Amino acid sequence: MSDKKPKRRDFLFTASYAVGAVGAAAVVWPLVDQMNPDASVKALASTEVDISSLTPGNTITVLWRGKPVFIRRRTQEEIAEARSVKMEDLIHPEKDEDRAKNPEWLVMLGVCTHLGCVPLNDKGDYNGWFCPCHGSHYDTSGRIRKGPAPWNMEIPKYEFVNTNTIKIG
Amino acid sequence: MSDHEYTPKSKAGKWFNDRLPLLTLANHLTDYPTPKNLNYWWTFGGILTFCLITQIVTGLTLAMHYIAHADMAFESVEHIMRDVNYGWLIRYIHANGASMFFLAVYIHIFRSLFYGSYKSPREIIWIIGIIIYLLMMAAAFMGYVLPWGQMSFWGATVITNLFSAIPLVGEGIVTWLWGGYSVDNPTLTRFFTLHYLIPFLILGLVVLHIWALHVPGNNNPVGIDVKKPSKDTVPFHPYIVIKDGFALLMFMIVFAFFVFYAPNILGHADNYIEANPLVTPAHIVPEWYLLPFYAILRSVPDKLLGVVAMLSAILILAVLPWLDTSKIRSAVFRPLYKQFYWILVADVLILGYMGAMPAEGLYLLIARVATAYYFLHFLVILPVLGLKERTIPLPLSITEPVLGGSPNMAMAKKKESKLE
Repeated sequence: MSDKKPKRRDFLFTASYAVGAVGAAAVVWPLVDQMNPDASVKALASTEVDISSLTPGNTITVLWRGKPVFIRRRTQEEIAEARSVKMEDLIHPEKDEDRAKNPEWLVMLGVCTHLGCVPLNDKGDYNGWFCPCHGSHYDTSGRIRKGPAPWNMEIPKYEFVNTNTIKIG
Repeated sequence: MSDHEYTPKSKAGKWFNDRLPLLTLANHLTDYPTPKNLNYWWTFGGILTFCLITQIVTGLTLAMHYIAHADMAFESVEHIMRDVNYGWLIRYIHANGASMFFLAVYIHIFRSLFYGSYKSPREIIWIIGIIIYLLMMAAAFMGYVLPWGQMSFWGATVITNLFSAIPLVGEGIVTWLWGGYSVDNPTLTRFFTLHYLIPFLILGLVVLHIWALHVPGNNNPVGIDVKKPSKDTVPFHPYIVIKDGFALLMFMIVFAFFVFYAPNILGHADNYIEANPLVTPAHIVPEWYLLPFYAILRSVPDKLLGVVAMLSAILILAVLPWLDTSKIRSAVFRPLYKQFYWILVADVLILGYMGAMPAEGLYLLIARVATAYYFLHFLVILPVLGLKERTIPLPLSITEPVLGGSPNMAMAKKKESKLE
């Protein structure tokens, strides 16, 4: 093979394999992609929440895209605690100012970034949230402080429609 | 198979067999020469075959009543329990059958570890076995999701999230697995499909497992090669069939105890609460047979490394034939390995217990030590032991220790009888 020049037949073999591979990939892709989120799942993109009844120090949990979203009206102490933390002490450094644009309102996905459990409110070593599954502790800004979770709890895209309504998504 | 030529006695049998040699296969299976010193630890292969058939039969009948939909799955399981004729029995056999399956497979695996059945020339049998074990875990996990209780839902969430530890593509893979942005109806329907498929894949692999076994033949408690057929072997039928049958009956008594007297003792009460995506149960635990690996996952404080450690703990078994450098198979002739073997058994049991406890304080510390020891056993102790250990001389045949011989043989015999 090596000392001979490639023949017409070798070219035909290579070309056939290449076309066959492209054809196989084209058939496999729809079979793989059908498992991705479908149009009806994607359509449920945003949720509006009435927050008028929420008093400081309380949290409501709403469902958005099948996941819980925590909306917490924080007390002054909680805000002060979240804003006084030094960046060096954080596992995933993020300023509280960037996480809560309006300091009184913290809106975040109530999903532990370790393996997706819902952390418990007002628990843990940092007065924020505690995940019962594998022991991750979050502070009053939802930032990971201790435990196996790698990141802070995620802040979804949201906006205040008016003073009493938040639109998530 | 090629030990002797087989010809069916009847004319019709010969006619059929010339066209499809099924009778030759049946004859091979009944006459298959088996070492005559096999003990009861060798009966678990047959018991496992029984478990697989039981799961397939009960699973098929449950599927006639179960509805794989997030809004109806939980109720359809209750419907099976209350309304379907004998539904409670079939479901309890299926649910406890999974536990019995794992109980038997763990005994089967640890038998192999003790008697060195994974060593040359049986590496392929062993590796196929590990693949079967992995598929069993996948099937059991997805089956546990189907009743759509709280443990189902949150177990599915935690396990699928393991893939999010993969750098860059992790999140995309998890969304793809879910078919959405959380565990939901699309996840349930695909899990049901795969749960239905996997047992048949296992069945195919079992055929390969047994085929690969029938090439070199069974290992045995003495662990030396056996000439076959010879005075060291007996035909599979009736000798092994009867012994396997008796062991199976004993096993079925244990099985029936769970099904009839403690059908929920191995499950978790939270799974009788319907799935709620807003509330995580205070304490998530997998089924008992996955606890040692769960303990390893939790003992590593880093997400990616925790997942890597857990997967390695299983996959390390696949390369075991090359990690164990000792040429001697049976632990009967390896005084040091025998001790390390029992330490490993204790280590895995400790890991299992820690997996059921909350991951904090002393529990976490013990789980970390036990995790480290698990890897130490396979990566350091086994390779070094094979080179350093002073083993007991092997008998010349499996008949020799029984019929008496040199003092060493007497020692081997004593050790062996103590074991049985």
